[in-house]
Amino acid sequence: MTETAHAGFWTRYVFSTDHKTIGKQYYFTAVVMALFATTWSVLLRLHLAWPDAQWPLFSTLFPGLFQDGVLLPERYLSLVTMHGTVMIFFVVSLALVSGFGNFIIPLQIGARDMAYPFLNMLSYWTIVPACLLMLGSFFAPEGAAASGWTAYPPLSAVPEAGPGSGLGQTLWLLAMALFIASFTMGGLNFITTILNLRTRGMSMFRLPLTTWTLFIASILGVLAFPALTAAAIMLLLDRLGGTSFFLPAGLVFGGEVLPHGGGTPLLFQHLFWFLGHPEVYVLVLPALGIAFDVVAVFGRRPVFGYRTSVWALFVIAVLSMIVWGHHMFVSGMSPYVGEYFSVATVTITAPFAVLAMNLLGSLWRAEIRLHPALLFVLGTIAVVGIGGLGGIFLATATSDMYLHNSYFVVGHFHLMIAVVTFFAIFAGTYHWFPKMFGRHMNATLGKVHFWLTVPTVLVGFIAMHFLGMGGEQRHLYDPSAYEFLRPLQWLNVVISVALLGAAAAQLVFLVNLVHSIFFGARAGANPWEAATLEWTTASPAPHLNWGPDLPVVHRGPYEYRVDGALEGYRPQAAPPGAPAATAVAP
Amino acid sequence: MNDRRRTAEVAALIVLFLGITAFTVVGFLRSWAPPVASQHGAGVDGVITYLLRTTGPVLVLGALVMVVFLWRYARGPRPESPATNARAEFWWSVLPVIGMIAIAEVGVVVVGFPVWEQIYARPPAGAVVIEVTGQQFEWIVRYPGRDGTFGRVAPELVAKPNPAGLDQSDPAALDDIVLNNQLHVPAGQPIDLRLRGRDVLHSFSVAAFRVKQDVVPGILGTTLFAATTPGRYEIACTQVCGMGHYRMRGAVHVHPPLEYQAWLDTQTGWLQQ
Repeated sequence: MTETAHAGFWTRYVFSTDHKTIGKQYYFTAVVMALFATTWSVLLRLHLAWPDAQWPLFSTLFPGLFQDGVLLPERYLSLVTMHGTVMIFFVVSLALVSGFGNFIIPLQIGARDMAYPFLNMLSYWTIVPACLLMLGSFFAPEGAAASGWTAYPPLSAVPEAGPGSGLGQTLWLLAMALFIASFTMGGLNFITTILNLRTRGMSMFRLPLTTWTLFIASILGVLAFPALTAAAIMLLLDRLGGTSFFLPAGLVFGGEVLPHGGGTPLLFQHLFWFLGHPEVYVLVLPALGIAFDVVAVFGRRPVFGYRTSVWALFVIAVLSMIVWGHHMFVSGMSPYVGEYFSVATVTITAPFAVLAMNLLGSLWRAEIRLHPALLFVLGTIAVVGIGGLGGIFLATATSDMYLHNSYFVVGHFHLMIAVVTFFAIFAGTYHWFPKMFGRHMNATLGKVHFWLTVPTVLVGFIAMHFLGMGGEQRHLYDPSAYEFLRPLQWLNVVISVALLGAAAAQLVFLVNLVHSIFFGARAGANPWEAATLEWTTASPAPHLNWGPDLPVVHRGPYEYRVDGALEGYRPQAAPPGAPAATAVAP
Repeated sequence: MNDRRRTAEVAALIVLFLGITAFTVVGFLRSWAPPVASQHGAGVDGVITYLLRTTGPVLVLGALVMVVFLWRYARGPRPESPATNARAEFWWSVLPVIGMIAIAEVGVVVVGFPVWEQIYARPPAGAVVIEVTGQQFEWIVRYPGRDGTFGRVAPELVAKPNPAGLDQSDPAALDDIVLNNQLHVPAGQPIDLRLRGRDVLHSFSVAAFRVKQDVVPGILGTTLFAATTPGRYEIACTQVCGMGHYRMRGAVHVHPPLEYQAWLDTQTGWLQQ
C-alpha cells in the first residue's frame, strides 16, 4: 500500500492509485473538457444572437463547422449535442462527483484511501478513452452526433436520417458506454468506502453533508445507469446489428422502406429518462452537499437542520427513481400515466424545499465570512430558489404542454444542472484548494470572478425562460425562420451578450487556479478553522492521508459556536473534555 | 474603515440578489406568449398564471429573507446565540413543505387536470378529423374527402409524386385531399388531429393554440383542439429531427365555418388530379 509514496513519476502522477491524485486527475480532465464545451457554446450563442453575421475567422479555425463564415445547420445540431453531452457527463459529473468525491470522501471519513484503489485508477483510465472518443467523433466523415444529448431514435438509430447519424453517433454511444462503465466503478467504490472505511467514531449521522450527498448520488447512479447501458447497447445493435428494439415497421427514408419492424422509439425514451432524471440529482445533490459544508465553515454555525436534510436526501433519492416520465408528457405516452408522473414529480418539491430552506436557514444567526467560497454558496441558494420554482412549471403536465422543449426548459436545466453545480464546483475549489495543493487561491480574484459571473450567468439563463414563455423552441438553428419568433430576437441578443460575458469571466478563475497551484500563498493544515476531518491533516494531504494513527471521531461535523461562544468550535477529532478550539476572527 | 468596506460589500450583495429577483419578477410579469387562439389554450395559460402568482411571492419572500440575513449577519456584529434551536428547525421545514406541496399539487390536480382532461378527451361526435404526417422536414396534411373515410396508405408507395403513399386500388383513397405544410380548420369546431410519423420523431406544435404532441413512427398520435380566432398561425416542429429541423414549418389557416366549407368544396382528391 505504501509503495506509491516513493514510486517514480509514472506510478505517482499518471497511473496512481492515490485517491487524491485520481481526484485531481478527474478535476483537471473536467477542466479541459469544459474548455471544449464552453468554446462550442460560444459558437452557438454567437450564431443565435446574430444568425446572419459572417465570421470568416471561424471558417479558418473550424473549417468543418463553418462555411463562408456561417455555422452550418447540421453542425449547429452537432455542437448542441456535444455541448450538452460533454457538459453533463464529462464536466459536471467528472468534476463534482468523481473529482471532489475521490478527493474528499476518504479525507472526510478518516480513511487512508478508497476501498478499491486499483478499481479507482481503472475507472479514471476508462474515462480517458471515453473523452478521446467523444472529442474524436468530430472527425467522423459526416460529423459528430447531432441528435441531442438525449439521442432519441430513430434519428440516432438510422444512419440515413442525417449527417450526424453516421459514425459520429456510433462513437458517441461507445464513449457513453465507457463513461457509464467508469462512473459505475467509481460509484461502487464510493458506496463501499463510505460504508466500510469510516474511522472509529464516525457514525453515519456524523458524516459531513458532502459525503452524505455523494453517498446518495452514488447509490442513485449505480441503480439508474444500467438502464442507459442497456439502451445504449440496444441502440448500437439497432444501428449495426439489424435489430429493431426502437424501430417500428414502415420507416421510409429517401423513398426506401427500411427492413425494420416491431420496435418502438418510446422504449428508448423510458430507458433514457429512467437514468436521465436520477442523473439530475446525481449532480445537484453533491452540489448542495458542498454548499452545506462551505456555509457551515464560513458561517461559523452548525448546518441548519442536519438530520432533516439527510432524510430529505433519502426521500429525494426514492422519488427521483419514479418520476422519469415527466420528460415525456407529450411523447405519445398515455395521458393517464402522464398525470401520475405529474403528481409524483411535484411531491419532490417537499424534500427539495427542505434542503433549500435549510441552506437558507444556515445563514440565520451566522457569523458570515465573505470568502469567495461562501459568495458562490449565496449564488447557489439564489439559483436553487429560481430554478426550483421554475421546475414546477415543467412538472405540471398541463403547463408543460406549452413549455415542453422550449427555451424555458433550456433555461431551467441550465440553472439547475449547470449553474448550481458550477457554483458548487467553484465554492468547493476555493474551499478545498489549500488541502489539494497546500496553497491558497487569490481571494480578491475569487471575488472578481464572483462579481463577473453571477449577474451575467443569471441574466442569461433567466432570460431564456422568457424566450420559452414566448414559445421559442430549442434546437432551433435559425429562430427567424418563424414569424412569431422574430419579435423576440432581441432576447437572444441579451442572452448571448450576458452568457459570452459569463464565459469570458471564467478566464479569471482559470488564471487564479493555475497561478495559485504554483505561486499561491502557503496554507496551513486548517486555514478556515473547520471542524471536519480533512482539516486535521497537513496541506496538501500526504499520501495515506494521516501519520501512523487515524483520527478518532467524537462528535458531529458542524460543532461551531459551542457553548454559545462565538470563537469556539470543536473539531470532530478533538477528544471530549478538551477545550474548544479558538477561531481567530478573519 | 474595514467595517465600512465590509458594509459596502454586503450592500452590494443585497443589491445583486434583489436585482436578480426584480429582473425575474419583472420579466415574468410581461406577457411573452402569442395571444391564445384555442379553447383549451386559455386553460393552459390559466395554469401558468396560477403558478406565476403562487411561486412568485415565494421567490420574493425567499430573496427578502436572504438579504435580511445578509444585512444582519454578514456585517460583523455579534449574532444572537444560540445559533439554532430544534423548534425553529422543525417549523422552518414543515411550513415550506406544506406550502409548496399545496401550491404544486393544487396546480397539477385542481387547476391543471381539468384542462389536461379537455386536451386528451375522447373526440366528440362531429369533430373534424384530419391526418397530419410528419416527415423530414415537412408536414403532409390529409383530409378524408367527401366519403369521410381515409383511404389505404402504404409506406412502399411513399415517393416524391405521392407524399401520402395513397393506394390507388382502394376506392376510399380516391377523394383523399393531400396538402403540403398547409392545414385548414374551421373556427369553433373540435379538430381531431391524427398524427403519424414515418421517419424520425417530430412534434406537432402550434404555439398560439398551446398544442404540442410528438409524432412517433409506429404509434398513431392524436391531439384535440378547437381554434377560436380566424387567422393564420404557424406550425412548428418542436422535436429535433435533423439538419432541416428549424425549417420544418407549416401554417394553420383558421376559417369561419362557412368559409371553411367553401374552401373544402374547392378541393379535389389528390389521386383525381
